[in-house]
Amino acid sequence: MAGFLSLRRIRLLFQKEILILPSRTIAFLFCLALLCLPLVTKDPYLLRIVIFSSIFAIFAASWDLLSGFTGQMNFGHALFFGVAAYTSAILNLRLGLPPWATIPLGALMAVIAGLLVGVPCLRLRGPYLALATLAFPIILMGIIFTIPEITGGELGVSGIKPLASSRIATYYVCVILMLGLGLLMWKIGDSKTGIIFHAIREDELAVRASGINTTRYKLLAFSLSGFFAGLSGGLYTHFIRIAGPSTLEVSLSFQAIIWAIFGGVVTIYGPIAGVFILYPLMEFLRILPEIRTLIFGLTVIILLLFMPEGLTTWARDKMEKECPRCKARNGAWRNTCRVCFADMERQVASGS
Amino acid sequence: MIENILINGLIHGGVYALLAVGFSLIFGVARIVNIAHTAFYMVAAYLIYAFATRLGLHPLIAILLSIAIVPLIGILVYRLTIEPIQEHHVTVLIVTIAVAMVFQEIMLLLFGGHFRGNPSLFTGYLVIRGVRVSYQHLLTLVVVFLVLMATWWLLLKTRLGIAIRATAQDREVANLMGMNVSQVAMITMGIAVTMAAIAGVLVAPLSVVEPYMWLHPLVMILAIVVLGGLGSIKGSLAGALILGFVETLVVFLIPLGAFLKGAFSLTIMLVVLLIRPEGLFGVAFEEER
Repeated sequence: MAGFLSLRRIRLLFQKEILILPSRTIAFLFCLALLCLPLVTKDPYLLRIVIFSSIFAIFAASWDLLSGFTGQMNFGHALFFGVAAYTSAILNLRLGLPPWATIPLGALMAVIAGLLVGVPCLRLRGPYLALATLAFPIILMGIIFTIPEITGGELGVSGIKPLASSRIATYYVCVILMLGLGLLMWKIGDSKTGIIFHAIREDELAVRASGINTTRYKLLAFSLSGFFAGLSGGLYTHFIRIAGPSTLEVSLSFQAIIWAIFGGVVTIYGPIAGVFILYPLMEFLRILPEIRTLIFGLTVIILLLFMPEGLTTWARDKMEKECPRCKARNGAWRNTCRVCFADMERQVASGS
Repeated sequence: MIENILINGLIHGGVYALLAVGFSLIFGVARIVNIAHTAFYMVAAYLIYAFATRLGLHPLIAILLSIAIVPLIGILVYRLTIEPIQEHHVTVLIVTIAVAMVFQEIMLLLFGGHFRGNPSLFTGYLVIRGVRVSYQHLLTLVVVFLVLMATWWLLLKTRLGIAIRATAQDREVANLMGMNVSQVAMITMGIAVTMAAIAGVLVAPLSVVEPYMWLHPLVMILAIVVLGGLGSIKGSLAGALILGFVETLVVFLIPLGAFLKGAFSLTIMLVVLLIRPEGLFGVAFEEER
């Protein structure tokens, strides 16, 4: 046991597993920086930006888990966010439940919403699905406006308990949840289920022909994604302590897609990177309030023109390359593969 | 009441039809979901405001100028931002959203967030069986009808129309038959944007002009094209009329209807989709593999 935890062992593990790939090094530094930030600065504004980024990172990554992985384009992702936000808010206000209970319950409600949307929509394909899902948050918004007694109408539900007692505690709750949930989603994407999600995007017919019930897996994707998006919605509403109709807006759904695609889809870490770049950029641009959204739009257009597959995918392809024999990833500077020692430059003849 | 519903329903339906047919055309030919489509409609409305109110030109000249300028902007946007990344469908989508945002912000910068009104081309009204119909409304109906007829003729009777329909059916084969597919797509974009511009020109005097005016019609035309069947012109027409009337009926008949008009239209779209997943007039796409 002592040997397992010895410093030398840890250093070796660190060198072999983390420093060996630039992408892992960056991810490690990113986590370290996030966790250490409050030790360096206690500026509430800065912490607030990181908290919002963490919450939206969960949201964007959950979009990726559904739409990136399975290819089921969801244009109404704000539905999950809004349903969970309103559920948590109303549970907290009316029944006095604490945040650690209301947020998961809100997320469960979002899962139910996901199933309600998923079951009828699974008959639709491609753009039809995308445009049909766009409708749900708008319909719900109409309902919310017509029953202001429960939902507060345009003003929303306010007077909700805060997430934690201090700003720093809130910061750690959000950041650790974001890192944990991000890892969980990434693991799901890498699991057997995740591989089936990939396959559904690439060729649904072939997956069905292999005896896999694709409908069940698509519903699973809807519920999983709804759950994670719901958690972020609950966190959001407890952080800003109001659940308003803005949580259901079309622009929020579009925002999730912009973050995810900007960062690079089907990666989970891509959308997280997208949020952590674009959200602080938007906040920074508050010094130029008139042209903030204009600069945002132009940045997105120009970057995507050069990197149509997203920022992280582009950067990863620059820094790393795939071993032609065993498909393991290697730093771009290596001549031989770190796993199978094959020559990295040699072209393997692909099946003729 | 009934007459009001009829007139307003026809006008809403007609304007939506102009927008939805253009959207459908460009989707069919280039397989682009062009979110920025209604942004061009907004730009056209603003150009009229700029020419007629700021520069004091005659309204007719302002209208003609904006119908001439907006398609050029549209083709420029297509050339610069959409064409280079055409293979990445999802990325194109985000880029069109960003383009719409950019237009919205430019209009906000140039003209501010105030609601602007536009002068009508004609004043006065006609009395048909006791109902007052303003000339502007009549003009809108006539223009919508003429533009739709012209599009119909263009698509069915001209060589260009045949090329457009062929490209929509099968891009590769159309290319093999010697059609310059990317040029056809560009021309289609021009036609679609022109129709959006005409819709904007028609709406400008009837309602207010503001930088966020593209969002509601966008949601509506998305619902319309899905309801009618993606890529189907006939479907877009039928969908536009159905949802135009539904919207008007909800606003006139239900208290708090203005909040619910979007919700109602979209519910109808969903119900139709559940019964017919390919929309009213759509053909079930062969699974593209």
